[in-house]
Amino acid sequence: MPVTERGGTRAWQRRDRRRQFAIWAGWLVGTLVFVQSLRFISGHTIWEFAMDAHTQAWDLATRMVPPRWSYMEKLWVPLWDTLNIATLGTLLGTLIAFPIAFLAARNTTPSSALARPLALLVIVSSRSINSLIWALLLVTVVGPGVLAGIIAIALRSIGFVGKLLYEAIEEIDPVQVEAIVATGASRPQQLAYGVLPQVLPAFAGITVYRWDINIRESTVLGLVGAGGIGLQLNASVSTLAWPQVTVIFIAIFITVVVSEWLSAKVRQAIT
Amino acid sequence: MRGWRPPPLIDNPWLRWGIYLGALAYLVLAIGSLQINWARVAEGLERGWRFVSAFAQPNFAGRWGEISEGILESIAMAAASTVIGVALALPVGLGAARNLAPMPVYLACRTVIALSRTFQEVIIAILFVKMFGFGPLAGMVTLVVATVGFMAKLLAEGIEGADRSQMEAIRATGGSWWQLINYGVQPQVMPRFIGLSVYRLDINFRESAVIGIVGAGGIGATLNTAFDRYEFDTAAAILLVIIAIVMAAEYSSGHVRRRFQ
Repeated sequence: MPVTERGGTRAWQRRDRRRQFAIWAGWLVGTLVFVQSLRFISGHTIWEFAMDAHTQAWDLATRMVPPRWSYMEKLWVPLWDTLNIATLGTLLGTLIAFPIAFLAARNTTPSSALARPLALLVIVSSRSINSLIWALLLVTVVGPGVLAGIIAIALRSIGFVGKLLYEAIEEIDPVQVEAIVATGASRPQQLAYGVLPQVLPAFAGITVYRWDINIRESTVLGLVGAGGIGLQLNASVSTLAWPQVTVIFIAIFITVVVSEWLSAKVRQAIT
Repeated sequence: MRGWRPPPLIDNPWLRWGIYLGALAYLVLAIGSLQINWARVAEGLERGWRFVSAFAQPNFAGRWGEISEGILESIAMAAASTVIGVALALPVGLGAARNLAPMPVYLACRTVIALSRTFQEVIIAILFVKMFGFGPLAGMVTLVVATVGFMAKLLAEGIEGADRSQMEAIRATGGSWWQLINYGVQPQVMPRFIGLSVYRLDINFRESAVIGIVGAGGIGATLNTAFDRYEFDTAAAILLVIIAIVMAAEYSSGHVRRRFQ
C-alpha cells in the first residue's frame, strides 16, 4: 500500500506514484487522439455543406411526410426476399459453422496443431469482414440478386456462430463426457451423447440470435445490389422519392422489431 | 433388447412436429421463390477465382495513398465517435434504467435507444450524408448515434441488474441523487462499462469500413471504388489491412477488458 512519510505523519494514497502517472499518461494520450481525430475529420469536411444541416434536416423531414402508403404494395416481395436472405443465410452459415466450432474447441478438436488454428482463422476472418462488404464482393462474382445476399449473410454468420458455439463447447461439464467415455463409447458417440446435449440449447439460442441480427443486416444488402428491401431503398433515395423512403423505413422498423421480439421469446423458451 | 434414445429438444410432440412441418413448408416456399441466374453465376466464377488469386498477391503499393488516407479517416471516425457516443450514452443510459428514472424520462430514453438500435448503421448514414454532405463528418455522427443506442442499452441493463442493497445504503445515509449515482451505482457498473466502451471502439472501426459505401467517408469508399474498377488486387489489399487492424483491435480490446473485469 502506498504510504509516504510527510513531515513525520504517514499519508495514505490510493495509488502509488507510478500507477498515478500511468493513468495520467493514459488520459493525456486518449485526449490527444480524440482531438487529433476531430481535427482530421473537420479537415476533411466541407463546412459550407455541413453548416446548413439543420435546414437540410428540416427540408428532409417535410419531404418525408406524408408517407406514400400505396407504395407498400410493391414492398411485400422485397420484404419476403429480405426474410429469405436472412433465414437461408443463417441456415447455410450455421451448417458450416457447426463442424468448424467442434474443430476450434480445445476439448473436441482432433488436432490442436493443425485443425484448431485453421478453424480459428476461418472464424476470425469471417468475423472481421462485415456482411455488406461480403455482399459487395459477391455481387461482382455471382451477379446481383438474392443469392449474393444469402452467401454474404452465411459467410458473416460462420464467424459469429462458430465463435460463440466453440466457447460454449469449451465450457461444458467434462464429467458427463467422462461418464460416456467410461462406458467404452467411440469418439463420435462421445460427441453425440456427451458433448452435443450440453451445447444444443446454447446452439439453438445462438442461431436464433444471429437470425435476428441478420434480418437487420439483410435490410441494407440491397444497397450494393444483393437483393431485398435495400434495392427499393436505394432506388427511392437515388430518385429522391422521400415519401417512399418513409414507408420503407416504417416497414424495416416493424420487421426488425418483430424479429427481435420473436428471437427474444424463443431464446427465453430454450434457456 | 430395449433401445434408448436421447430425449428430444422440444418435449411436446405436437409442437415439435408442427415446428418441423412449418420449417419444411417455409424452406420449400423460400427456395422455390429464389430467382437465381445460374448462367451468370457460372460466368462469375472465373471472376471469383481471379479475386481469390488476388489475395495471393495483393497490391498495396498501387493506391497506397488512397488506402492510407481511408484507413486514417476510419480510425479517426471510430475514435471520435466512440468518445462522443459514450459521453452521450451516460445520461441516456441513466434515464433508461427503470430503478432510477421516472416514467416519462424512462420512456423517452428507451425510445431513443430503440430507434438507434433498430436501423442498421448504413441506413442512418444515408440520412446523415444527405444532411451533412459527403465525408467523414456524416460518418462520425452516424457512429455516434449507433454508439449511444448500444452503450445506453447495456448501461441501463447493468444498472437495473445492480445490487439494490448498496444503493439503499447510500439512501439511508441521506445521500442525494447524485451521491446515490456516484457511490451506489457507479462502482458497480463502471468496470463493465469501460470494457464495453473498448468493445464498441472495435465495432465502430469495423462499421466505419462499411458506411463509406454510401458516402460517409472512411476506408469503405476506397474499397467500393476498387470493386467498381474491378481492381481486385487493390481490394484484396484493403481487405487484408482491415482484417489486420480488426484482429489487432480485438486482441488489445480483449486484453483491456480482461484487466477491467
